[in-house]
Amino acid sequence: MSERRETVLLLGYGNPGRLDDGLGAALAAQVERLALPGVTVQADYQLCLEDAEATARHDVVIFADAATSGAEPFSFQRVDPASSLGFSTHALQPEAVLGLAQQLFGARTNGYTLGIRGYAFNEYEESLTDQGRANLAAAVAFIRRVCEHGSFRELAASRSAPGVGDPPEQQSYPRPR
Amino acid sequence: MDPALPASKTKIVIDPVTRVEGHGKVTILLDEAKQVVQTRLHIVEFRGFERFIQGRPLWEVPVLVQRLCGICPVSHHLAAAKAMDRIVGGENLTPTASKMRRLMHYGQIFQSHALHFFHLCSPDLLFGFDADVRIRNVIGVAARYPELAVQGVMMRKFGQEIIKATAGKKIHGTGAIPGGVNKNLSIQERDGFLDDLDQMVTWARGAVGIARDYTVSNLQTLAPFGSFESSHMSLVRNDGAMDLYDGNLRAIDALGDKIFDQIPCQEYIDYLAEEVRPWSYMKFPFIKSLGPERGWYRVGPLARINTADFIDTPEAEAARREFMALTDGKPNNITMAYHWARMIEGLHAIEKIRDLLHDPDLQGTDLVVKGERREEGVGIVEAPRGTLIHHYKVDDQDQVVMANLIVSTTHNNEPMNRAIQKVAKDYLSGVEITEGLLNRVEVAIRAYDPCLSCATHALGQMPLTVELLDHTGQILDTKST
Repeated sequence: MSERRETVLLLGYGNPGRLDDGLGAALAAQVERLALPGVTVQADYQLCLEDAEATARHDVVIFADAATSGAEPFSFQRVDPASSLGFSTHALQPEAVLGLAQQLFGARTNGYTLGIRGYAFNEYEESLTDQGRANLAAAVAFIRRVCEHGSFRELAASRSAPGVGDPPEQQSYPRPR
Repeated sequence: MDPALPASKTKIVIDPVTRVEGHGKVTILLDEAKQVVQTRLHIVEFRGFERFIQGRPLWEVPVLVQRLCGICPVSHHLAAAKAMDRIVGGENLTPTASKMRRLMHYGQIFQSHALHFFHLCSPDLLFGFDADVRIRNVIGVAARYPELAVQGVMMRKFGQEIIKATAGKKIHGTGAIPGGVNKNLSIQERDGFLDDLDQMVTWARGAVGIARDYTVSNLQTLAPFGSFESSHMSLVRNDGAMDLYDGNLRAIDALGDKIFDQIPCQEYIDYLAEEVRPWSYMKFPFIKSLGPERGWYRVGPLARINTADFIDTPEAEAARREFMALTDGKPNNITMAYHWARMIEGLHAIEKIRDLLHDPDLQGTDLVVKGERREEGVGIVEAPRGTLIHHYKVDDQDQVVMANLIVSTTHNNEPMNRAIQKVAKDYLSGVEITEGLLNRVEVAIRAYDPCLSCATHALGQMPLTVELLDHTGQILDTKST
């Protein structure tokens, strides 16, 4: 009997008018063009409340954003729902979106963050740096691979019994030549 | 905080202020007797968006300005489009274009007000200003009042879907173009909204009741909380009705007497000016005839309810009458009444959406007009947070050579400073300062639902923190959530 394919929500966010801050939205645009089965793609400036409702309708949610530091070309990390937080602005963090999805809509969605390393953020310009563009290509290839092969289940299974203080899964990947 | 405050002047800094958008800092200066002697809302980042727009082609501006802010891009989109309407001579829109833009705008008002009420200010209202900060947030609301939290999410989603259907997409919408719009509303899109409409009206009606009951039942505390007499300004329709998308400028004083009325948007610069103060990147607008000392005013939901003679939708009008009865028909100057006013506008917006969805003009195909070209244009809308002014000049190559934006939060700069001062003097003077007391300062700021990233023309998420400094500048305590 074939297993049901996991439904995936890819939320790419950031401001394309601020150079590499647009990496999340650029990823969303490129993945949407791939038309991957079972994958829903959304782009926005930032995470919003209604993303909790959309999250609850999927098995897996990937929060894709630009990273100002950290692993190159990108990091991929499991994220857990927040049970309490200081809600500081109109914008939400991935943990809060997952927490609200769980509390308000009974979601059991598995969440991951995809941090695409960017390098320039502090100017008004709608373009990506060459390095950011290369990292984006690697991230798109990664998303395509895991969505097509259902690797999320393995990632989720490896976190099936997390211990207290268990460090989040994080993995960085080599930039393709 | 350090219980042993030095017996000298002490500065309290709130940086970043939470649950507002933008990066601001509040400083509260205490004297030797721990009495508040000075308060200021500082804006600590400036990026000069107006300069960025210069040199860009006019047709690009309504899309480009949405990058100003992730909170109300639709308001900037529409204000810029209205300014460019003037420049291309297309200000007399077709019925389809006018109504599509209005539908977009009311969707923005509806979702923004729902977000603010249910998720940004409700923790203070539901749990109290002194509640444990660990539950005084949106997750706490979701745990304790899940039905309200769900309403907020679904109302927000409904408004966002309206925006998507009218602007083409949720971000970088292109729906409004100089002289019109580039799409109409399909029957399928319309019917999808009609399915959820009754539920939205019911929830919006309920939200007015919650805000009203909260205000009335806590009036003794709320009436003086961060409150002061002020002038108020907004657009009104030519018959005096509330109009959030179009109209002329009206300003009234604290007693309701008109300072100016029915001023065409193109003439705003003859009536308003902006003052620069050395300690803030955010300017201080004022009414020219009154000067910078007396000419400041409030904008936004409270101001709009005060300036309008009536609201042209029945349920919101009934709610407005009830609201105005609280102050015997005179302008309501209670800062915390912003919340009640905001929910009346939410009800008005969904009533307007209902009327528009039943209007066959939305399926029309006459979308764009052009006329005699001009070199200059002003577009003004009533954004969720208040009056939003976009002013552009273009050259004969259609490139922008001048841009001036006065955003809602900038209009409210002086009132927010006064609200902080009032709360600080009433609650922080001569007492040991706790998180709950400092939160009162933020409660007063949040009543305005400010968006500081717009106000400084910076982009991105910029919260506000609280620090307590002594007279030497040493940090004694920090509040940041």
